[in-house]
Amino acid sequence: MIDTTAASIDFSIIAPEIALLAAAFIILVSVYNKKMRNLAPVIATAGLLVSLLIAIEQMGNPKTGFFGMVTCDDFTVVFKILFVISSLLILMFGRRYFVSKNIDRPEFYALLCISTMGMMVMASTTDLVVIFLGLEIMSVPLYVMAGMDKRSLESNEAGIKYLIMGAFASGFLLMGIAFIFGSSGTTDLRRIAADFQFIGENYQLYFNAGAVLTLVGFAFKVAAVPFHSWVPDVYQGAPTPVTAFFSVGPKAAGFAALLRIFNFGFEDMEFISDIFWMLAVLTMTVGNILALRQGNIKRMLAYSSIAHAGYILVAFAVGGSAAMSAAVFYLFAYGLFNLGSFAIITQLEIRSGCKSELSELSGLSKAHPYLSAALTVFMLALAGFPPTVGFIGKFYLFTAAIDGGFIWLTIIGVLNSFISVYYYLRVVKVSFLEKFEGTFVPVKYTPAMMAVLLITLAGTLGLGIFPEKLLEISRAAIFAFL
Amino acid sequence: MFGITHFLFIAVLLFGVGVTGVLISRNIIVLLMSVELMLNAANLAIIAFSRALNVMDGHAFVFLVLTVAAAEAAVGLAMVITIFNNRRSINIDKYSLLKW
Repeated sequence: MIDTTAASIDFSIIAPEIALLAAAFIILVSVYNKKMRNLAPVIATAGLLVSLLIAIEQMGNPKTGFFGMVTCDDFTVVFKILFVISSLLILMFGRRYFVSKNIDRPEFYALLCISTMGMMVMASTTDLVVIFLGLEIMSVPLYVMAGMDKRSLESNEAGIKYLIMGAFASGFLLMGIAFIFGSSGTTDLRRIAADFQFIGENYQLYFNAGAVLTLVGFAFKVAAVPFHSWVPDVYQGAPTPVTAFFSVGPKAAGFAALLRIFNFGFEDMEFISDIFWMLAVLTMTVGNILALRQGNIKRMLAYSSIAHAGYILVAFAVGGSAAMSAAVFYLFAYGLFNLGSFAIITQLEIRSGCKSELSELSGLSKAHPYLSAALTVFMLALAGFPPTVGFIGKFYLFTAAIDGGFIWLTIIGVLNSFISVYYYLRVVKVSFLEKFEGTFVPVKYTPAMMAVLLITLAGTLGLGIFPEKLLEISRAAIFAFL
Repeated sequence: MFGITHFLFIAVLLFGVGVTGVLISRNIIVLLMSVELMLNAANLAIIAFSRALNVMDGHAFVFLVLTVAAAEAAVGLAMVITIFNNRRSINIDKYSLLKW
């Protein structure tokens, strides 16, 4: 176990965060220099790489510091690696899109670094106060990033909607933290977990109210039904690389915090499993059914991301280390193939005037055979076909649910996967079978875009065939605090 | 005398006003104000609990929350200005390019 009495101010614990913050500040200062402006992506990449290396170095060496406010165990490290890798991939394929839309501003890269740092803070603490701060450090740059395309009305709308819904959710979360603090006298999840049975009768009501409000706050952030209404609008309106960023990092950070709070801090609460059960069923079903009738690919992927949040919530309803490590595995897997599909959409949107409508994919297999082959792989992975990592992820998730005795939940989950096959395969069908009228403007691949597609493809197929290593990592993450 | 329940009652009431404001208001500025009201209701609850439990943690937390609320308001108002420049309206019903 981790030594909880550590009060030391040890900067090596937060070194990955410091690296990102340094990169962000260098970019913000260099905005005023014409030559330095163009270096912003390079500085951000360097910061992310340094941060990744330090994070890998921290693996297997759990530490607590800053008066118990910051904990860096394997769970933290695994999530830090996930955040940094997703940000790096976004950085690689985003630049070309921003240049083509004439919105390539150095501030974006600083915001990306700060937001990634916020996610890291969220994953690396057992204190509710720090979780709240991390959430806000992550979210405020996200609001700006969603509204980054200042002249686009859609982007404006996405930004303001995300801001209002995000702040609304923060209000619930904060009220929840207030009640938990009031009933347990502390905001440290370790102390709450240890003294759980000593919470007096009178305070039990406050504590339950606090737990539910906290859950509502996070349900907004991870896009669980019925708190999902902002997701499709924001995903459709935001610039595509930013949408890709939303769908992986912040979601994983929200789940990391949920894991810490509900499976570590409040693991003795009985009724919370039932609430997660309902959330999971609603989220999966509503996400998948609404995705069926979407004509816009970004909007469809938004509903698909809601549905995937539902699959991950299954693990929360089940609880226990097997289900939780399956959830971590699924977050990694989902990150890979989801970023891959968004990279392809970005590549297509670089053509001017493309609104990422489904019909615009017609004839893709003729014009870009490799691109449509890659798109097929990612869609199969999203639907959960073997031999992709999407299948393995769902397999572990539902096996854990059956082992936990949640038969009905598993049946609903599998039925939902069948529904989802329809709309994922529709994308494949349009790109292969439908004829395209007019001339296709050929799009050049940048080396960075090629690299992103190759990495995500290799990950999706490679981890689908050899999942052992990633499974081992996700188990290590969960055993760090169980 | 006033006990903790009185303060909590006020906090929950303010929170409710904030939530109602977000749900029914059509003006972005009012929406932002309602969100601030929610955060401040939570602040009041934290302070009340902190006082009742006789610990200082809550008082420190409130300062952090105030900072966060200020950051959110700054970003929010900047966005309202951008959107007003493009649309000449701050009525949320007009923003329906993307369906809510």
